[in-house]
Amino acid sequence: MIYHAHPRPKTGSKSHGRRRESHEWPRDAPVKPAPFRYLRPESLHEALVHLTEHGDEAKILAGGQSLVAMMNLRLARPSLVIDIGGLKGLSYIREDEHGVTIGALTRHRHLEHYPAPLSGFEVLPTAAELVGHYSIRGRGTFGGSMAHADSAAEWCVLASLFEAQMVATSQRGDRTIPVEDFFLGLFSTALTPEEVLTEVNLTSSYEHTALHEYARRRGDFAVVTAAVGFDLDKGTIRRPRVVLGGVADRPVVTAAAQSVLEGAKPEAQVFEDAGRAAAASLQTTDDIHADAGLRRDLSASLIRSALASAMERRDGRA
Amino acid sequence: MTVHEHDVELHVNGESHRLTLETRRTLADVLRHELGLFGTNLGCEHGICGACTVIVEGAAARSCLMFGVQADGCDVETVEGLAEGQELNDLQQAFSRHHALQCGFCTPGFLMLGTSLLREERIYSREEIIEIVSSNLCRCTGYQGIVNAVVEVQGRRRVDS
Repeated sequence: MIYHAHPRPKTGSKSHGRRRESHEWPRDAPVKPAPFRYLRPESLHEALVHLTEHGDEAKILAGGQSLVAMMNLRLARPSLVIDIGGLKGLSYIREDEHGVTIGALTRHRHLEHYPAPLSGFEVLPTAAELVGHYSIRGRGTFGGSMAHADSAAEWCVLASLFEAQMVATSQRGDRTIPVEDFFLGLFSTALTPEEVLTEVNLTSSYEHTALHEYARRRGDFAVVTAAVGFDLDKGTIRRPRVVLGGVADRPVVTAAAQSVLEGAKPEAQVFEDAGRAAAASLQTTDDIHADAGLRRDLSASLIRSALASAMERRDGRA
Repeated sequence: MTVHEHDVELHVNGESHRLTLETRRTLADVLRHELGLFGTNLGCEHGICGACTVIVEGAAARSCLMFGVQADGCDVETVEGLAEGQELNDLQQAFSRHHALQCGFCTPGFLMLGTSLLREERIYSREEIIEIVSSNLCRCTGYQGIVNAVVEVQGRRRVDS
């Protein structure tokens, strides 16, 4: 099938397009994004100046895979959009003795295809494969997902697993926010209007990690996400950490599961007990995607299977 | 009411266009209505269906999830750029041979998605190709023809290179 371009609107010279008249695009009908001002700063510094002045009415645009969708549906109507997607120097993945540091504009795709195992954080590339779809991963960013703060999102759950330090930058400089103080509620973070997330430091590594999630279809938003990490010392589980996403308005660390695991043998029964303990302790709610009972069942099941995966392979790949 | 507009330059299928765009116009709508390139279709306009998939700076991108102004200075490829005049390219011909299209609405998005993954260095397994093409919605074909076409072209392009 050949697709013919329709005849171009008549123009004076080839290099100038005809401007559509504004009445041709419905502005007061609630379709298409609502009007907004757009700025594309050439540097982080310039972006921060704009934020200091206009932060209250602005949204940062990075990959746009969450924000533009919301703007198309008019669920978000910022009066100013500050596009930092093209800024250089904010896309990197660094490993050192302290852990892994990820620049906020790192595309999901770069994590997915990271060419070496990220020792102590092996689950990161595996989890990246679960983020959205192929096309989404080519544009969406790690930091953007974090700042969007969907509690079931893979990166948000892993930030909690790895006890991330989030670096928020404003004209006044950098401020480091520990992950437990970063996610404040549904789509809500501790970032102030003048701040942009620039970097995430993952500090707490584990020998065994895994992330399992349940979604209606592969690539859909997860209903429940479970991430686990632990070390093994002489065949005994040490330093277990179990985080659930999608069960509350932010990622939840389940102490109940961790208590079952600490000092226990990495066996199927132990994993099942850990999942059950987490489910029993869970305060969760009904919504259109699942009721509380299903969320508890999913939590138990995903924790159990994630623990088993983490034992089989260090990166938890099924 | 104030209209917020920017002057931009888009490089689409190898041609440069200077345009004055309202900021709220998505790249999909700009391609269609400013440039008359109606091959790119709108299915859902919130990033779920993939019918609007084009290639921006070498990567598959859902054009409903970008504003036209974001593409200032960027290289954009649409389905109109695949054929050489009247001659369909190898991927288009494979789609035809494998019955990878019926109504054709989703087809441009699949062609651009396929073009993008076929350009990569790595060789994708059939399972991986199934995974990737499942990210776009097709209601007609049941996907097998689409998968078969992409698998075949990947094989042929590797042999020829």
